[in-house]
Amino acid sequence: MSAITTGRGPGSSSVTEAARNRHFGSLYSRNVRAVVARGLMATKSSNWMVMLSGFFEPVLYLISMGVGLGAIVGSVQGPGGGEISYAAYIAPALLAVSAMNGAVYDSTWNVFFKMNFAKLYQGMLYTSLGPLDVAMGEIFLALLRGLMYATGFTAVMGLMGLITTPWAILMIPAAVLIAFGFASFGMGITSYMKTFQQMDWINFVMLPMFLFSATFYPLSVYPQYIQWLIQAMPLWHGVELLRQISVGVFTPATAVHIGYYLVMIALGVLLTTGRLRKLFLK
Amino acid sequence: MAAHQSRPSSAGSPSAAGAPQYVITAENLTKRYGDVAAVDGISFSVPAGEAFGLLGPNGAGKSTTMKMIGGVSERTSGNLSIMGLDPDQNGPEVRAHLGVVPQQDNLDEELKVRDNLLVYGRYFGLPMSYLKPKADELLEFAQLTDKAKSKVDALSGGMKRRLTIARSLINEPRILLLDEPTTGLDPQARHILWDRLFRLKEQGVTLILTTHYMDEAEQLCDRLIVVDKGRIMAEGSPASLIREYSTREVLELRFGSERNATVGAELEGIGDRLETLPDRVLIYAHDGEAALEEVSARGLRPVTSLVRRSSLEDVFLRLTGRSLVD
Amino acid sequence: MTKKVELAKKAELTESTQAAGATAAPALRAHSPEVSAAKARKWGAFYYAEQVLRVMKGYGWTIVMYGVGQPVAYLFAMGVGLATLVDTNSTAAFGGVSYLVFIAPALLISAAVMTAANEFTFPVMDGFKWRRVYYGPHASPLTPEQIALGQIIAVTVRLLLQSAIYFGVVALFGASPSPWGWASILVATLAGLSFGLPLMAYAASIKEDKGQFAMVMRFIVMPLFLFSGTFFPLDTLPLAVRWIGWTSPIWHGTELGRVLSYGYEEPPLLTIAHLVFLLALCVVGWILTKRQFVKRMGG
Repeated sequence: MSAITTGRGPGSSSVTEAARNRHFGSLYSRNVRAVVARGLMATKSSNWMVMLSGFFEPVLYLISMGVGLGAIVGSVQGPGGGEISYAAYIAPALLAVSAMNGAVYDSTWNVFFKMNFAKLYQGMLYTSLGPLDVAMGEIFLALLRGLMYATGFTAVMGLMGLITTPWAILMIPAAVLIAFGFASFGMGITSYMKTFQQMDWINFVMLPMFLFSATFYPLSVYPQYIQWLIQAMPLWHGVELLRQISVGVFTPATAVHIGYYLVMIALGVLLTTGRLRKLFLK
Repeated sequence: MAAHQSRPSSAGSPSAAGAPQYVITAENLTKRYGDVAAVDGISFSVPAGEAFGLLGPNGAGKSTTMKMIGGVSERTSGNLSIMGLDPDQNGPEVRAHLGVVPQQDNLDEELKVRDNLLVYGRYFGLPMSYLKPKADELLEFAQLTDKAKSKVDALSGGMKRRLTIARSLINEPRILLLDEPTTGLDPQARHILWDRLFRLKEQGVTLILTTHYMDEAEQLCDRLIVVDKGRIMAEGSPASLIREYSTREVLELRFGSERNATVGAELEGIGDRLETLPDRVLIYAHDGEAALEEVSARGLRPVTSLVRRSSLEDVFLRLTGRSLVD
Repeated sequence: MTKKVELAKKAELTESTQAAGATAAPALRAHSPEVSAAKARKWGAFYYAEQVLRVMKGYGWTIVMYGVGQPVAYLFAMGVGLATLVDTNSTAAFGGVSYLVFIAPALLISAAVMTAANEFTFPVMDGFKWRRVYYGPHASPLTPEQIALGQIIAVTVRLLLQSAIYFGVVALFGASPSPWGWASILVATLAGLSFGLPLMAYAASIKEDKGQFAMVMRFIVMPLFLFSGTFFPLDTLPLAVRWIGWTSPIWHGTELGRVLSYGYEEPPLLTIAHLVFLLALCVVGWILTKRQFVKRMGG
């Protein structure tokens, strides 16, 4: 049973001394890396199949709706006005939905669970980490996962012959942009949540957004005022953005979609940083 | 104290000359949740190397005080300085000096035992070249070497507690905060833990611990404050508190639940002071045996009787009129 | 010694009752252990079902909101929105009925199966592992079979309630033309149980949480939802994946629901086969669940 050697050698001592005497703000210690490293290590020792399974959900939707229902629907009008297959029509929308779902799950349920049940952040925040390190690390991990899923899904689209232009590769960074918008907001919103029942409200917003954002059929089926309502929602902009990229047709609206997300990210980050103390320091 | 000499002195660390410098200073520290004051204007200072205790019942405000010291809960008012820094302004810097053992273990259940130590060290920005040997050393210290590759889930309660303590030492902290360190552990596990904490104290680590166990406070603390309802009731070393607020010995008598309440009048005048509890009567006296003889001489026949030394429990009872563990 | 205390207590009780006078209620006294045992033997499953339902009441608001919100959202989006695409292109594919009428029973059945998939997994894990809630009643006169059955009864109540709300919304949409449509509430509940009970047996057998339920949801529930003739007739799919529908409680339930809600024409023998398939899964699921509960709690 060896004793703890607090001042063992000059080497170890200076390392911890240096770690102790760094200087930061009150919320941030420039150590996002450690949070990301922890996330990757946890993933490594968790069930890989669970991680992988998240990728299959949009693919199954694509096969079922695109192939099965597509056989009945036939072709529809794409963004450029040209006719495209129903599968090619819904594929980018499904990618946008999956980017939204993944980002929202990671920034709300996951954060809520780790905060209130696993008590993970409690331990983290008793170190020199600040809450901003934790928030940025978690968002980065969520985006990394989103990037992997988006890449996989785009590859599946390619295999199914749904990609006709090299522009389509840009769907991957665009999906990450969408995920960033939702993740930055989601974490801020989670700071207001106290119980699991309240967390359920998030789904009440997500489900209609998924169903009504021109995912499975064009916006034109709605009366004008409902169209405006849906156009105000973030998912619609994501769906339209990816749909335009998938066929390589760009219009001034493309800039609006991207701009929408840039503003959303800025506001979301602002909200989340403003709520960090409420989120993590109770 | 040799450990300290190898370190360059920084704000708040003890210096060779002059009055003791304090690593923690709290003045009028207050934390309110709405209308409820969890901590209600408490003041204390802790010099480097001391083992300082916060003693009080559940809900006294001990854990809240610990959280404020740890910079994870913002105070409502008052001043607080850790190593010369304000934890609300310099959270990361303050916590860089601390090791924290929270009341409930919050180990990372998704990681293996040794990885818990490595990852935690990364949060302090420490390099792997330092962390790997240090983790092994701490596993040895916590008697967990053969569990290094186990899942946290598979550890017993005592093992988890030891791992949490090992984890809190990964950054060689100068101040160790321990919130109810041995609650829920069996007697053997408690003694192992106390032994480890003694060793740390010998190496000059400042220990701040909360407890509602008298024996723990008496064993470990150089000095303590007794806290109740967010306020300090008394302050001093365990021995001086007992001297001041109690007698040398205590005679405990049990007459059965009916008689306890009514027997008081008949015991009048024996010893210095009398306390009637629902289950027993306590007579505070310098000489407990003599008091017991006096009881017998008056023709009273308690069901059981016991003479013991005064403890902090008696101090608490005296100060608050309540028993500490209910 | 203890006997004395007991007697003293009894004396004290009678004394205080007498002192309180005739108007006071008689002293509280639990019935004898023999009565407890006899009652538990007879009604135990319902006692446990009551506990589960009381817990559900804690999130009752969520259940009702979902119960109403989900059908409204899906029927509008798919039955009205998507229908504009589908109906203009072909109505023949759906046996002459509108797309709304075609998918309404499928959505009803799917919702019940998904609820069952949730209610028969996480709470069971909670019972055996996370918070070990099954071990509380296990220390009372209840038997493991009764605890399992109580859980099932409670979920059945929820499925009936949810399906009734769902059907109410479907009827308001005018998507159930047949007078027999209401019976699809029962079919939905049956389909939920036929999928849920085998799953419950599996959940009861899990010793370590490795995210198995996330896998079940994504690799079993999702495909069944998407490939069970829900959004389009099963025949549209290539033969290679049509077997998913044939093994799926959602498909069998949906076909039954279609027969009931708009008189979908199929050979009567097939209709009976659907019913037998669902019932058989329930029976097998129950036998396996019972065995698993007894083994886990009694062994």
